[in-house]
Amino acid sequence: MSWVLDNLGLIGGLTLDHLRQSVIPLVIGFIISVPLGWVAWRYRLVRSGVITITGLLYTIPSLALLILLPSVLGYSIVSETNLIVALAIYAVAILVRSVADGLDSVDPGVRQASTAIGYGTFRRFWAVDFPLAGPVILAGLRVAAASTISLATVGILVGVINLGYLFTNGLQRRIIPEVLAGVVVVVLLALLVDFVLVVAGRLLMPWTRATAVRRVRRAPIGAEAAG
Amino acid sequence: MNLFIDAFAWIFSPDRLSGDLPLQLALFQQLAYTFVSVVIAALIAVPVGWAIGHTGRGREVAVAISGAARAIPSFGLLILLVLLLGVLRKPEAAVITFVILAIPSILAGAYTGLEAIDRRVIDAGRAMGMTEWQILWRIEVPLGLPLLVGGLRAGTLQVVATVAIAAYIGLGGLGQYIISGLQLRQLDVIIGGAILVAVLALVLDALFAIVQHLVVPRGIRAGAVAAGSEGRKKTSRTAPERPVGVTTADAAR
Repeated sequence: MSWVLDNLGLIGGLTLDHLRQSVIPLVIGFIISVPLGWVAWRYRLVRSGVITITGLLYTIPSLALLILLPSVLGYSIVSETNLIVALAIYAVAILVRSVADGLDSVDPGVRQASTAIGYGTFRRFWAVDFPLAGPVILAGLRVAAASTISLATVGILVGVINLGYLFTNGLQRRIIPEVLAGVVVVVLLALLVDFVLVVAGRLLMPWTRATAVRRVRRAPIGAEAAG
Repeated sequence: MNLFIDAFAWIFSPDRLSGDLPLQLALFQQLAYTFVSVVIAALIAVPVGWAIGHTGRGREVAVAISGAARAIPSFGLLILLVLLLGVLRKPEAAVITFVILAIPSILAGAYTGLEAIDRRVIDAGRAMGMTEWQILWRIEVPLGLPLLVGGLRAGTLQVVATVAIAAYIGLGGLGQYIISGLQLRQLDVIIGGAILVAVLALVLDALFAIVQHLVVPRGIRAGAVAAGSEGRKKTSRTAPERPVGVTTADAAR
């Protein structure tokens, strides 16, 4: 424990770096995913294409992506940009699906009603579709946030400094508390961001309340036959 | 693009089959760690997942554990275990990490596969006098198989990616090229290694996509075609908190 107490400044600084390197890709990923998810939802043909491509990008292991992206796009491997772009791509892969699924979950009757009242496509999206898709999108955002924060530690392998530094440095110097502190702080950071997302969800979508999304027994793959 | 020409030249150089870490050995190590870890994880997660899916009990616990596990940085856990177990037990530390990493996806695949089944189908089995055991093996397991394979697929991809990272502790595997290349600043080796890791992941993903397609029981496949896109839309609608694992798994369908 004394190691942790002696190095609170270091841990604090790394935590801030880590938070920045995780939040920026989440925000970028979200901003890209909303229009992309809408396109995927609206045009069925585009949907399978978009989801296949993002799925393939998601399949590429992080260590490989952190090297191939800068080699293709021409920026430095050790730059923070590299980590942020890679994490944003993973976030988009998760969020595009959530946005499309979320829009699927909106009751078509509500959509028709709003059209009948006189909402245009654009205004209806922001005033009706997007808020009602909110709970599903939020669920995706929480998944993306947790995995982004834990995945960011891999950045240290290509030289991007964040909480992952505590792992590599701790291994080299054989300081167990240092590594443990790294793991614990990453988990705490993920829990904190998750909490912020949940609270933001409650504030922005007061109609969902504490009951959250009651889980419906999922329509079975088999039930497609049953109809 | 010269970088990539150099990288491919490195990959296809005859020297790759000899030297400190020949390509075939690295590939074997990578696959062996992945396979062993996923099998162990499946032996733990599949029975538990089926129990949860069949009885409907314990789901909240499983969801909470899966959610928490996602936040744990596997790279940090690996190094922590290496330090705790001692440097000589690196392989054990690595396999424990990979198993912990793979369990949530496989567990989710197992229980969502069972939960996704139309209750009427199960009730019909019960009404015909099937025992619980028969319901599990003859109805629930076959119908839940595609989602279970989806969970295995997600787990395998996570593990294969993490095995690459685990090269940092000297575990071998394809990631070793990237790690030693980074230390020696050899760009062709780094990019060559990254290409190999990426291609392996894509190939495994494609294989699982095929398996996932094959395990759909015949009766359902016929029905799915008849039901058309309307039925498919319904499946995606009612899944608000599908785990990432299953998400990617479904992606290629």
